[in-house]
Amino acid sequence: MIPAQFDYVRPGDLDETLRILKDREGEAKLLSGGYSLIPLIKLRLAQPGLLVDLRDVSGLDGITETDDYLSIGAKATHRQIHDATVVADRYPLLQDVTDVIGDPQVRNWGTIGGSVAHADPASDWPAVLLATSATLVCRSQTGERTIAARDFFIDTFQTAIEPTEVLTEIRIQRRPRGAGAAYEKLERKVGDFATVAAAAMVGLGADGRIARAGIGLTGVAEAPFAATDAEAVLTGNAPSDELFRRAGAAAGAQSRPFGDVRGPVEYKRAMAAEMTLRALHRATKRAQAYA
Amino acid sequence: MTTEAEPRTSAEIGGMGHSVKRKEDPRFIRGQGEYIDDVNLPGQLWLDIVRSPYAHAKIKSIDASEALKIPGVAAVITGKDLEGYKLHWMPTLAGDMQMVLPVDTVMYQSQEVAAVIATSRYVAADGVAAVLVDYEPLPVIVDPHKALEDGAFVLRPDRGPDKQTNRIWHWESGDREATDADLAAADVHIKQDIYIPRIHVASIETCGCVADWDPVRQQLTLHMTSQAPHAIRTVLALVAGGAGLPIYEHNIRVKTHDIGGGFGGKVPVYPGYVLAVAASFLIGKPVKWIEDRSENLQADSFARDYHMKVEIGATKDGKITSLKAKTIADHGYTDAAADPSKYPAGLFNVITGSYDFPNAFVEVDGVYTNKPPGGVAYRCSFRVTEAVHAVERVVDILAHQIGKDPAQLRMENFIQPEQFPYKTPTGWSYDSGNYPAALQKAMDMIDYAGLRKEQAEKRARGELMGIGISSFTEIVGAGPSHDFDILGIKMFDSCEIRVHPTGKVLARIGVQSQGQGHETTFAQIIAEELGFPVADIKIEYGDTDTAPYGLGTYASRSTPVAGAATAVAARKIQAKARTLAAHLLEASEDDLEWEPGKFSVKGSPDRFKTIQEIAFAAYTNHPEGMEAGLEAVDYYDPPNLTFPFGSYICVVDIDKGTGRVNVRRFVAIDDCGNIINPMIVDGQIHGGLTMGLAPSLYEEITYDELGNNLAGTFLDYLVPTAVEVPNWETGKTITPSPHHPIGAKGVGESATVGAPPAIANAVVDALWHLGVRNIDIPITPQKVWAILHENGIS
Amino acid sequence: MTTQHISVTVNGETHEADVEPRLLLVHLLRDTLGLTGTHVGCDTSHCGACTVHIDGASAKSCTMLAVQADGRQIKTIEGMADGATLHPLQQAFWDQHGLQCGFCTPGMIMQSATLLADNADPTEQEIREGISGNLCRCTGYVNIVKAIQQAATEMAAAAETQTGSPVAAS
Repeated sequence: MIPAQFDYVRPGDLDETLRILKDREGEAKLLSGGYSLIPLIKLRLAQPGLLVDLRDVSGLDGITETDDYLSIGAKATHRQIHDATVVADRYPLLQDVTDVIGDPQVRNWGTIGGSVAHADPASDWPAVLLATSATLVCRSQTGERTIAARDFFIDTFQTAIEPTEVLTEIRIQRRPRGAGAAYEKLERKVGDFATVAAAAMVGLGADGRIARAGIGLTGVAEAPFAATDAEAVLTGNAPSDELFRRAGAAAGAQSRPFGDVRGPVEYKRAMAAEMTLRALHRATKRAQAYA
Repeated sequence: MTTEAEPRTSAEIGGMGHSVKRKEDPRFIRGQGEYIDDVNLPGQLWLDIVRSPYAHAKIKSIDASEALKIPGVAAVITGKDLEGYKLHWMPTLAGDMQMVLPVDTVMYQSQEVAAVIATSRYVAADGVAAVLVDYEPLPVIVDPHKALEDGAFVLRPDRGPDKQTNRIWHWESGDREATDADLAAADVHIKQDIYIPRIHVASIETCGCVADWDPVRQQLTLHMTSQAPHAIRTVLALVAGGAGLPIYEHNIRVKTHDIGGGFGGKVPVYPGYVLAVAASFLIGKPVKWIEDRSENLQADSFARDYHMKVEIGATKDGKITSLKAKTIADHGYTDAAADPSKYPAGLFNVITGSYDFPNAFVEVDGVYTNKPPGGVAYRCSFRVTEAVHAVERVVDILAHQIGKDPAQLRMENFIQPEQFPYKTPTGWSYDSGNYPAALQKAMDMIDYAGLRKEQAEKRARGELMGIGISSFTEIVGAGPSHDFDILGIKMFDSCEIRVHPTGKVLARIGVQSQGQGHETTFAQIIAEELGFPVADIKIEYGDTDTAPYGLGTYASRSTPVAGAATAVAARKIQAKARTLAAHLLEASEDDLEWEPGKFSVKGSPDRFKTIQEIAFAAYTNHPEGMEAGLEAVDYYDPPNLTFPFGSYICVVDIDKGTGRVNVRRFVAIDDCGNIINPMIVDGQIHGGLTMGLAPSLYEEITYDELGNNLAGTFLDYLVPTAVEVPNWETGKTITPSPHHPIGAKGVGESATVGAPPAIANAVVDALWHLGVRNIDIPITPQKVWAILHENGIS
Repeated sequence: MTTQHISVTVNGETHEADVEPRLLLVHLLRDTLGLTGTHVGCDTSHCGACTVHIDGASAKSCTMLAVQADGRQIKTIEGMADGATLHPLQQAFWDQHGLQCGFCTPGMIMQSATLLADNADPTEQEIREGISGNLCRCTGYVNIVKAIQQAATEMAAAAETQTGSPVAAS
């Protein structure tokens, strides 16, 4: 319950932050909302030497839509994302996911960047970013780079972010007409990490067939991943329950879940299929309603 | 009587039957409750505990040198230190022995291994992290069946050469031969194994204490989360005496404060308390210990862990003839279950339930394993949760097997109202009951016939809907002195009432609220008997220097025992008040009439004295030969337990895709005899139902084969939120207890006892047509899904 | 190890303190400032007994460092009543028997306050979801829901009296 000792600094801007990360590389840990990091620190599962509080670093929490993408600052809280007008109007997928992360208090303070950088293999945001083929922007002293979500989640609690980088922005492709997405989470009780969860994005062509599909799964592998086999089943075909079941089966087959307190392997694999199925149904309804 | 009568007193007096708003709430809603972590004494030190990561290991060495270098760490205490004071082992409330700190062997994961004393909470935690312990792992036994096998590692060699076994005790009740004969002769003989896993009370406040040894006054004050402060005081005195320490019972004051939930988890004497006392004694300063949630879940008293083999015999029409149960009770490494000494398996032999049949036999073997000790907690009424789950499950299996409606089968087997008092085959004498009325009321409230119709329609469409019934009989109010004691101390309880000259009342009781509202309900009992308004009655408890000796609050005993003592004490005062009134009114006592709050002369209602005037007179105008003052004390030895009961009906819908069980509706009809405060009773029912739902669908403490606790934090120990809990629908019947002074029975645990089988029965009912007869709780989605998957259902 | 100087305003009163960076906000409130109404019930940020308001939004004070609260406005249960006048939520919890042991109650009331600030007319389901970060072991939640519903009605009526028009449900 009581953290070990650590140093603390609150830089005034991003440049100062990056300098500190370079100077104290290896022992510095970024603190955003703190709702992923502080629980670990309290149990002494993480013992950083230096906490770098991003609180005073401005410009990292905006939510704006450009011609190409919805830009979400890494410091945007789950709550801010949920309540943003553009999200409420056109990105119901993001309301799906921010409705089920933790609980109301967590959503008030936890940030998308903190959650994504932490990369718990059963956390919610990664599946959404994988399904929408989002990109993540990281800044270092040497510059800025964008990383595709599908290259970002490497292993358990491991992302592509370098120790001297700050994740600054998440970019979700601007929603075109005929596209819809949904997130289906199976959890043991409200607020839990996912037992299994699936994010599905469906883009319908003018002929009503699925032109593009994205499926992100969490809770069924050592890291969240894109169910590319399921995407292949869907692409080019007309939506139907039978098609979605086949896609779900492919998602289940591509999963490599661990048996644990959330369920045995067979169950999780079946639920990967079930959540994919349910997400596809809702995503397609939304796509058809947004023609 | 099955309807609530009008209260006898006015709302201003607030006697029985009034939903008086709670007197304790003003401080809680303002955040001004005083819980143990709010208690801080000048100069106090903090105690934190080094715990074993292994479930079974030899301690090769403990190196505290790095810890002692940390500024602010005052001391590190190990088992070897305590051994010097003969404090390393102490008795449990069950009469077994437990380690305060191990000298050479740890017996469960998270066992206390060393205590760090420091100047702050934070430094103490740093000290714990810096203590280095070298362990040598030993073979681990987590399965009690394996513990009983020949050649199994003997976990407790300390018990002596003639007890080199992991069987703690064997206990029996009932008639084995007659029961076996009946079962063999039965038309229908059903056998079912039922396992109820470990769960944990997880009250939102964890356990803690501030131990304050004053070396000048040679007095120990122990501020503590305890449901039974007097028993703790006596145990401490005995342990100190055994260790030759100058801590005597008249110089021990156990003081409870506000307690944030108990549910049985704050009954046992945990090593943390003893370590704090020992540290305070050795150092001469107050020592504070507050456990973390992880420590609480991983080391404190668990509940359940009963492996039951249950058999029921019946005629082909479903008339029950016999019931048998053989149970392995997994107690962890020592028997610390605070059961009455004659009942090591608690009141498990109430397993004959609400049904009328001649023969039953129950046997239980307590077994040691490498797990934390405990067993009775989580609102179980001394193992009644286990017993009721067993009987209500097999009764439901019986009904389904012979194709009879489960409500109908119960009605046909109930003990009927005219049969009370009813002697069960295992020796209990049920005081009163009306089981058919409760079940009928539940059925009417939920429209049972309509539900069965809906179920048939849904089943035809392949939808999975289930209806489950539980008609339980509870047994609470331990207990009569000829049968009940804890460590030899009889289980009476007490109340001392003192009326002040200006007509205000101070009453102290031997029980201990942890949220049950005693400051209100016990005042209501006195208000009922004497007519003082509830607002004028102050209830105190929990300070062993002032409260009369009692055995505390658990197993729903407060109203049955201390409530009775309160009524009897109040009646003693009423008797003296009559004498005073007669003196004041210059009439004879026989000519006086009593109504709550005053005595008046029969036939002359304008000639009366209020109870307040009488109180004043007790100090200013008492008759010659009478003692001044107006007070009384009663130590109540209950003649019997009380037997609350109820019928619950649960409706579930099962999500075929995920296996998730949704409790759509839950109707609970409870009968706890005469009701003191209907609002508080409903609150107890709501809370109890929630603690019945939790282990039915969510909560479970499991261990892997190395004895690692797999649900040691709230991440994995799934306490339900408001989202998981349905809107409970409640109703009442009222069948007073004929032997209780106010006709009341206990109620705090009824719902935790009655709810799980209702839920389990509903799920099995939904799946019976697939060949399912039993699913052990918690009924998780993966368990249900596996069944559906096997049957090709999605 | 160096301490950090912080300035926190709690229930309208500003406090200066030099704290270890690792000091949890809940311990600053309870142990340093003596405001013991906020409780600790777990160590994994699940139970919500430690819920306070920070800059108007509910937060679990056990999952924040005191240094993160520097310069912020904090409200605890001790700041809910207006002198002798209880907040409608406090009154409602009392009226509806929404508490038994009282340990979860401060956090529950604080969370309920922001729930109603965000949604003045919540449905029962919205209430249950709105307090899903607060565990109660005693009440079974039924009366807590009733208390929040009572407070919502009273607060809406009071707002209507002030503005002269019904408060729009969100």
